[in-house]
Amino acid sequence: MTTLDSSKEIQKNNSEVNETHEDFRMFGLITFLIADGMTFAGFFAAYLTYKAVNPLPDGAIYELELPIPTLNTILLLVSSATFHKAGKALLKDKNSDSQKWLFFTAFLGIIFLICQLFEYFHLPFGLTDNLFASTFYALTGFHGLHVTLGTLMILIIAWQSRINGGRLTSHNMFPLEAVELYWHFVDGIWVVLFIILYLL
Amino acid sequence: MTISIDPQETNNESLQPKGWLRYFSFSLDHKVIGIQYLVCGFLFYLIGGTLASAIRIELASPMSDFMPRDVYNQVLTLHGTIMIFLWIVPVVNGAFGNYLIPFYVGARDMAFPRLNAVAFWLIPPSGLMLVASYFVEGAAQAGWTAYPPLSITTPQSGQIIWILSVLLLGGSSIFGGINFIATIIKLRRPGLKLMQLPMYCWAMLGTSLLVVLSTPVLAGTLILLSFDIIANTGFFNPVLGGNVVVYQHLFWFYSHPAVYIMVLPAFGLVSEILPVHARKPLFGYTTMVFSIMGIVVLGLVVWAHHMFTSGTPPWMRLFFTIATAFIAVPTGIKFFNWVATLWGGKISINSAMLFSCGFIINFVFGGITGVALAQVPFDIHVHDTYFVVAHFHYIVYGGTVFIIFSSIYHWFPKVTGKMLNEKLGILHFIITFIGFNLCFAPQHWLGLNGMPRRVAEYDPQFQFVNQISSLGALLMAISTIPFLINVFLSVRNGKNAGDNPWNALTPEWLTSSPPPVENWEGEAPLVEEPYGYGKEISEKK
Repeated sequence: MTTLDSSKEIQKNNSEVNETHEDFRMFGLITFLIADGMTFAGFFAAYLTYKAVNPLPDGAIYELELPIPTLNTILLLVSSATFHKAGKALLKDKNSDSQKWLFFTAFLGIIFLICQLFEYFHLPFGLTDNLFASTFYALTGFHGLHVTLGTLMILIIAWQSRINGGRLTSHNMFPLEAVELYWHFVDGIWVVLFIILYLL
Repeated sequence: MTISIDPQETNNESLQPKGWLRYFSFSLDHKVIGIQYLVCGFLFYLIGGTLASAIRIELASPMSDFMPRDVYNQVLTLHGTIMIFLWIVPVVNGAFGNYLIPFYVGARDMAFPRLNAVAFWLIPPSGLMLVASYFVEGAAQAGWTAYPPLSITTPQSGQIIWILSVLLLGGSSIFGGINFIATIIKLRRPGLKLMQLPMYCWAMLGTSLLVVLSTPVLAGTLILLSFDIIANTGFFNPVLGGNVVVYQHLFWFYSHPAVYIMVLPAFGLVSEILPVHARKPLFGYTTMVFSIMGIVVLGLVVWAHHMFTSGTPPWMRLFFTIATAFIAVPTGIKFFNWVATLWGGKISINSAMLFSCGFIINFVFGGITGVALAQVPFDIHVHDTYFVVAHFHYIVYGGTVFIIFSSIYHWFPKVTGKMLNEKLGILHFIITFIGFNLCFAPQHWLGLNGMPRRVAEYDPQFQFVNQISSLGALLMAISTIPFLINVFLSVRNGKNAGDNPWNALTPEWLTSSPPPVENWEGEAPLVEEPYGYGKEISEKK
């Protein structure tokens, strides 16, 4: 986010063609992510209220196992680090390195989604079985949607950071920085989700 | 990193359609988008108003003889949803915000022009979808609150279309909010400080914060509700172990701030209009700013005062009663500031001023009933009665809609370069003011005597008072006629307004009327004192 701070000098020029202004696309993205985070906050609040108020009916099954989600947590945390590596590489104009790291990040995202689906198929409850089952699928599904979109965006910027004809260079870092921030956000949401859904 | 503005990409006149055609295009000009919001909103206001008239015709007699009961439920649901999500929120935020904010911060356009156009063009399709849902299998019947289990048990297709439509409108609102925050914080002209901004900017900043923080929660809630309806889950369905009160909490977490989303921009607009027509500086600028921010913070923690009859525990009742009563403090500060702005001013009695004064009168009445409703014992007595309907309409019609009309009279010369006819304007105000008070004041009495809201039939003893209310509604419907005549005549044959007919000091009046595509020829002016009225006279003395 160096782009936000290093841009205080603003050209004042009467000729309209040369007018410039600060880059506030990152600011807009952060505002959007706050809004998106509030959606998750609403879901979490609903889940915690259910947990406090609504007892699980007799005979209803709601059991979660830890191994797969723990693996998923590690996958996402590692993918955040590899994404960071991609950004560093692009900053040094090493486009092919950057592209490799991006593909690796996308690969980790896809593995995450596959693990998530594997967990879905092996859970002993379905979407409509009981209140907690529904909330579980709604929360993880909404997060999974975010991961899917993030993975698609990573693949797009990986394509755009190719050496010949790619739009991403060390002078045009914004697409990468934006997707990176989004990815860290999705990652952070997962950590909160993991704690609330699996550990509490 | 800085971005150079490429006029080819933003507002190149040769690429954009000209004349009236540009209002039907994906224009990126904030002024065009503002007018698109306003006209689109007004068309939906006419539809919502027709539905309101249908409700009042039905209620002129105690039996449901004008329309069947389920149609009545659909009509009241559509009336509420259209008026809130398609008229008030888009117009008081989108229309005036888009038109004025770039002028006020000294910019050539909004921060994200393309996002801005997307935000507008989400509105017509979702609005048409909502209206069209009536012809599918019947529109939604659960009221604008869509409380489950009612919304789960009524016919499904209408309810699902309602949810889709509100989700799209919520998305539009969030995009708009992001744009306003970025524009006000980041796109200010160099040298313009935050505390020099016109008050409407502060109001829109506060409103946009509420939009960004609370609308997503509504979106999430409605997604869960649609799962309940489509996929047979049980989030809010007690039969399947769900919890209806959770829906109410999440819904009101958005919908109480939504009241401020509807009324805070009106506070900002009236703070622009009063100083101009009273020729006095806005009284208490700093306290105004802090009041707005106080309302934003408090507005996020008062939602459960809508739920005092939903089995809320005593500590919650106590907390939310106190928090709600606290909101009266910043609101009261603003009210006294407006009165103090008028005090001793050189007041011109014109349509804009009359509507603004009408706003102050109606709003203080709605505010008092609001504080009354925050008290648990009283609220339990009048919950879901016509008292609540009266209170709400005093805030939203008597407050915000009066200010929308006031703003139209105030800024019409800027937008078109033509003056509106004052005689027709004053006629419009008189009919609206009498009609409005005749319609809604008696409803307080009806509510206190126990007439429930949202029911097509009522006890025959209430018939006379209901007929008075319906007469008021008739006057309100008639009041639109002089307004529409006025607008159509003035656009064609109105008196030329000149650039600054009111001798106002806020930046939008310092350019030509109508303004050029990028707002200013040359550099944007630096307005350090947007309310510096009377200064030059006192300096001469």
